[in-house]
This record gives sequence, structure tokens and C-alpha cells, in this order.
Amino acid sequence: MRTFSMGGIHPPENKISAGKAIEQMPLPAQVTILLNQHLGAPALPLVQRGDRVKTGQLIAKAAGYVSANIHSSVTGKVLKLDEVYDPGGYRRQAVIIEVEPDEWVEDLVLSSTLKRECTLSPEDIIQKIQDGGVVGMGGASFPTHVKLSPPPGSKPEVLIVNAVECEPYLSSDHQLMLEKGMEIIVGTKIMMMALKVQRAVIAIENNKPDAIGLLERLAIPYSQIEVMPLAVHYPQGGEKQLIDAVLGRHVPSGALPVVTGAVVLNVGSVFATYEAVQKNKPVIDRVVCVTGKSVKKPGNYLCRIGISIQELIDFAGGMPDSVAKVISGGPMMGKALINTQVPVSKGTSGILLMDSKEALRKKVYNCIRCGNCIEACPMGLEPYLLMNLSELSDWENMEKECIMDCIECGCCSYVCPSNRPLLDHLRVGKFKVGAIIRGRKNQ
Amino acid sequence: MENKLYVSMSPHIHSGDSISRKMWDVIIALIPALLVSLYFFGLGSLLVTSVSIASCVLFEYLIGRFLLKQESSIRDGSAILTGLLLAFNLPSNLPLWIVAIGALVAIGMAKMSFGGLGNNIFNPALVGRVFLLISFPQQMTSWPLPKALNLNYLDAATGATPLSFMKSGRLDRLPDTLDMFIGNTGGSIGEVATVALILGGLFLLIRKVISWHIPVSILLTVYIFTGILRIASPELYADPLSHMLTGGLMLGAVFMATDYVTSPMVKKGQVIYGVGIGIITVCIRVFGSYPEGVSFAILMMNGVTPLINAYCKPKRFGEVK
Repeated sequence: MRTFSMGGIHPPENKISAGKAIEQMPLPAQVTILLNQHLGAPALPLVQRGDRVKTGQLIAKAAGYVSANIHSSVTGKVLKLDEVYDPGGYRRQAVIIEVEPDEWVEDLVLSSTLKRECTLSPEDIIQKIQDGGVVGMGGASFPTHVKLSPPPGSKPEVLIVNAVECEPYLSSDHQLMLEKGMEIIVGTKIMMMALKVQRAVIAIENNKPDAIGLLERLAIPYSQIEVMPLAVHYPQGGEKQLIDAVLGRHVPSGALPVVTGAVVLNVGSVFATYEAVQKNKPVIDRVVCVTGKSVKKPGNYLCRIGISIQELIDFAGGMPDSVAKVISGGPMMGKALINTQVPVSKGTSGILLMDSKEALRKKVYNCIRCGNCIEACPMGLEPYLLMNLSELSDWENMEKECIMDCIECGCCSYVCPSNRPLLDHLRVGKFKVGAIIRGRKNQ
Repeated sequence: MENKLYVSMSPHIHSGDSISRKMWDVIIALIPALLVSLYFFGLGSLLVTSVSIASCVLFEYLIGRFLLKQESSIRDGSAILTGLLLAFNLPSNLPLWIVAIGALVAIGMAKMSFGGLGNNIFNPALVGRVFLLISFPQQMTSWPLPKALNLNYLDAATGATPLSFMKSGRLDRLPDTLDMFIGNTGGSIGEVATVALILGGLFLLIRKVISWHIPVSILLTVYIFTGILRIASPELYADPLSHMLTGGLMLGAVFMATDYVTSPMVKKGQVIYGVGIGIITVCIRVFGSYPEGVSFAILMMNGVTPLINAYCKPKRFGEVK
């Protein structure tokens, strides 16, 4: 079974919510739609307090190329534009809307009948994706239209659909594949057209044999689409690791992944692309799994963007008393929330509730130089050394030791027998060195 | 509710691996060799091992509590392991007060004065052993002969070890290979039982506490080096297999050189370190004045380890040449 070549770990999978059918959440009373649900510049609001908006209406426009449109996920009255906490704990601009029964924008196709044919030109497809505000739905939320428009000089050869879902607990992509398999195949085909490539690989870890079997069957008429099972190995969903696993090619340090000829897109984004191109439906809802060892009703819930995470938790049986940490995303790379009023955004793949026993960090001991962190690092770095340098504020040497290659997967902290907070210190260093490099470029 | 949530950066889960798990794995891996030594060296082995462990733990506790005034570190199991490894490097008829001095040097000088586990440059047990070897050369070099369930301690019958036969060129007096393999020869408490040490090493490999790089590179280097000497002059030098089975080589290669704190972190560096230990060991055994050189070889390479760490980098992902 193929996988990536360096480092990595295999934490307990704990896919508690796997196999639970997608359940539609009822409309909330109010939604909070963040204006920075993507990597890049926050979108510019087009509505004001008191405006009435329809479901699917553009309410904030992309601010520049690396940015994304934001649409209203509900019908109703704009209560206010305010700053709220985003999943990362920062105060960000958001549009807050009081919800009324749905009234959809005109060109949006509501029927769920499969639409296979697409006769649009690549440029038109990318335009529709950009209009629909499609971003990476796996967590990083990079605008999809940017990925589909590789810089001049690069020649994409293969589209890799990232359906590995390597984070423990998470199951939303898995369930989406089981229920929307054909849409995903059509979405893949559309993305191939946009990229002008002749080959696509849907990469799935082999702890999802049902999804692998289903997509293999559905892909039979599409000879250019291959379904590739991969060994369960974290962080296989990392872009560089996935290209390594699928093609055996290493993205050179500092280069864009497309130099290997591969463009990687998350399976959720492929589905969103299908909806945006074939149904004129912008990203206004998504599947979020609510999971955790003490969750009463773990499952995969289809909810509107902007609903509060508290409502999702309530829908999954309420907040168990034992919960001490609420994480947006998986346990390896997800963000711990400061409160449960944070809204769901395009990149929210799951909500993980963690009990107090697991949530607390353990006592930190001296580094015993066992080398576990070096063994586990998928980028071939020396986390113990980088942490020491970070503590000494030695940014110059951190840059020499390739801190900018760190993908923040957390494998180092996970394996450390002394419970050292390696990644915390690596992040500080990466942030500082990144600022220094940008400063140098601007001189 | 709002104020009750813990917030921290990812990752939010941990493998559950810990220092004490690793230390106890090594201690468990040493038990077969300990049992063999209890059989061949009897009471002396029991007394020396117990006193060594007890004094290491006691000194670590006292120094941590009264000199460093820090939280006690004895629960991580590293002091027990140091005590066990120190005892394994001592003859079974060593007076107990000398054992205690060795423990004080190992824990006090080599470990705690650097700041405790993780900060020491040299392997504590070996520092203790070498200190005793230099300070008490006579007591440290009279090894009891093996005798099933020996109840004599200080008055145990002593005799030459295979290494001293090698040193003096009486190769015909070397014991049977099988005896050397199971541990039926004279020597320090824990070093004679080659087969038990190999078993322990396999256990550590399976538990992923150690990797093969250090032991294999040491043993292979010694084998090749002594093999060349043997071919050059068979009447002067012992055969490579005897070298592998005698003295502290197996104990050193599997348990002492692989000490995390004092060995290189990157695999490439570990091989350089292992080859260095192998070469120095053979040089001391064959050309030096001591019959055994494993301890000195490991300590010397311990000293080079920071340098090896600085120059041996792992292969970076997507390295741009």
C-alpha cells in the first residue's frame, strides 16, 4: 500500500461518527457569517444593517485575487456588521443575519437530480468557481480558483483529489463520498477540464473501504479518473505528503506544489465545485461532523455556514458535562475554541469535543534526545533543535535549519516522551522567520 | 460554560509515550542478563546490584531534594536504570562501599551536576565505572570465576577472564565459545551473558526503544577490524567471534552506547558514532594497556556526540541542492 516516504505517525483513528448518514440541520434563528473564511484578504461587505438578503445572495465581495466571495446562507434581515471571535480566537468582521424562511436567489437550481454534462470552457468553469466562493474545504481554506489557475510556466499534469481524511475522529469527507459519490466524480471531471489535465487520482486512506469501493465503481465510465487507496498514515492529507504518496515526487523546499505537475484539491471542494458549476449554488452550507468520546449523538450534519457551534453541539445531543475542550477540526491540527458561539465557516470540517482527562497537557520534562521527533517529522526537520533555537530567539539559525518547511502537523509534539511543546515553539519561530524573510524581500 | 473551556495550540492528543515507559522497557530488557548473573555469580551479584540501585536512587533523591531543591525525579526510573547498568559493569566481589562511591560519582558527578536527566554529556553509569576502575584498580580487576549458585561473596574464587587471556596472548586458554555465549566465564556482573543481552536487545528493538544502527555498527566494526587483525596474524590475535562474545562489548553496544541522552540523534550520526566506538574499543583491547576498552570508547564518543549532532542532519523533504 502506498504512502509518503518520510516520518509520520499513526494515532488511534477513533472514527466515532463514521458511517452516520448526513442529517440536515434545521434553520437557526440567526447566523454569523465571517468575512475571512478563506486564506487571503477578507472579503468586502456589500450589505448594510437593515438590508434584506436572499439565500445564496452575494453579501461580500472578494478583495483582490487571493480572496473569496461570501454569500448569504439564509434569507433574512441584516442585523449588524460586527466583530466576532473566529475559530482561531481572533476578532473578525462578520455579517449577522436574522433568519426567515428560505427564499432562494433565482438562478440557483434546487433539485438534487444529477447533472453530468458540462460544456463550459475552462475559463468559464473557473469563473463560476470564483463566483461561488469555493475554497479548500479541508481546513486551510485556500481559494480554489487560485489553485485552478497555476502561474504561467507551470504545467499541471494530474489532479489529485484529497480524500484521505487522515485526521483522527473526522468523518465528514468520508460520509460525503458515500452519499454524493457521483457528484464528486462529476466535480472531478469538471476540475480536470478547468485544469486541462488528462488524469485525476482520488486518494483515499484504506480505513474507508466502502468509499474506495463505491468511487471505484462509479469511476468505471471515466477512464481518466483513478481511485487510489493509501495506507493510513498521518499527515497524509498534507499537500506535499499526498503528492509524495500518489506520485512519488517531492515538492522542492520553497517551491509551489504545481512544479511536480500535481494540483491537489480537497474532496469537499470538489463537491462544492460541482454545486457551483452545475447547480449555480455558492458555498452556503457544508457537512460538519460532531464527534468525541462522550458526544451523545455523534454524526455528520449538513448545516448552513454561520450557524453557531453551540447549536451544532445541541443538535448532537448537547454538551456533555465531561467536556473540557472544544476543537474546530481534528485533534492533530484543529483549533481549540475559546467559546462555542464561534460560527461554522467554510473550512469547518468537524467539531471535536474532548474530555478533561485528554484535554490537559502533561508535565514537561527535559529533552532526553531520544530522536523520536526527528523520526516522526514528515519534512525531515529536527524539532528538538528548532525548539532550542526558538527558546534562544535565534531566528537566523532557525532559518538555516529550514523552519519555513514546517507544515505544523504536530507529529513532533505527539511523539515526545517528555511532553515537550515542540510545535508551539516551532510556530513562534516560523512566524518570526517568515516576517524577517518578508522584510528582506520588501527592502 | 464559557469560561470552562481549555484552550491550547494543536496537537490536542499525545502518543502516551513517556520517559518512564522507555526506562522501564530497558530495565525489563536487562532482567534476563541479571538472572544469568545471579545463577553464575550468586550472592555477590545480588548484593552488588541491590546496593548499586539503592544508592543511585538515594543519591538522586538527596541531591534533587537538598541541593537542587527541585521536584523529585526518581519516579522516571532513570536512577534505577543507572544503578542497574553500573552494577552490570562491576565485578561481583566488589566491596559494597566501593559500589556506593561508584553510584555517587555516576549520579552526583555525571548526571545531577549537569542538571539531571537529559543534560548530561557522558553516560553516568560508565563515568561511575571508569572512576572506580582508575581509583580501585585492584578490586575492579579481580573477577570471580563462574560457579552455579555461588554463595561466596568477597571470598569468591577469582581468576583470569577471556580478555586477559587475549591480552597476554594465551589464545589457547580462551574458554569454549558456547560458554562465552551463555555467560559461563569470568567478568563483570552483567556483561558475560551474551545470549541474554541479545534477547534484551531484540526486545528493545521490537518495542522501538532503540534502533539497530548503533549496536550493529559497533559490532560490525569490531568484527571487521579484529577479523583483519586475525587474518594478518592468527597466532597473535584472537578470532573476531571471541572478541564479540567477551568483555563488555555486547552490554556496551546494546545498552550503554544506545543511551539516548549521550548518543547522536540522526541515524547517519549514530552509525558514525558506532563505528568510532568499535575502532576505539579494538585499539584499546589490542594495542592499549587495559584488557578492555568498551567503556572508554563509549565515553570518548559521548564527548564527540554534540559535534556529530551539529554536522549530521536528517535528509530534508524536498531538499534543494
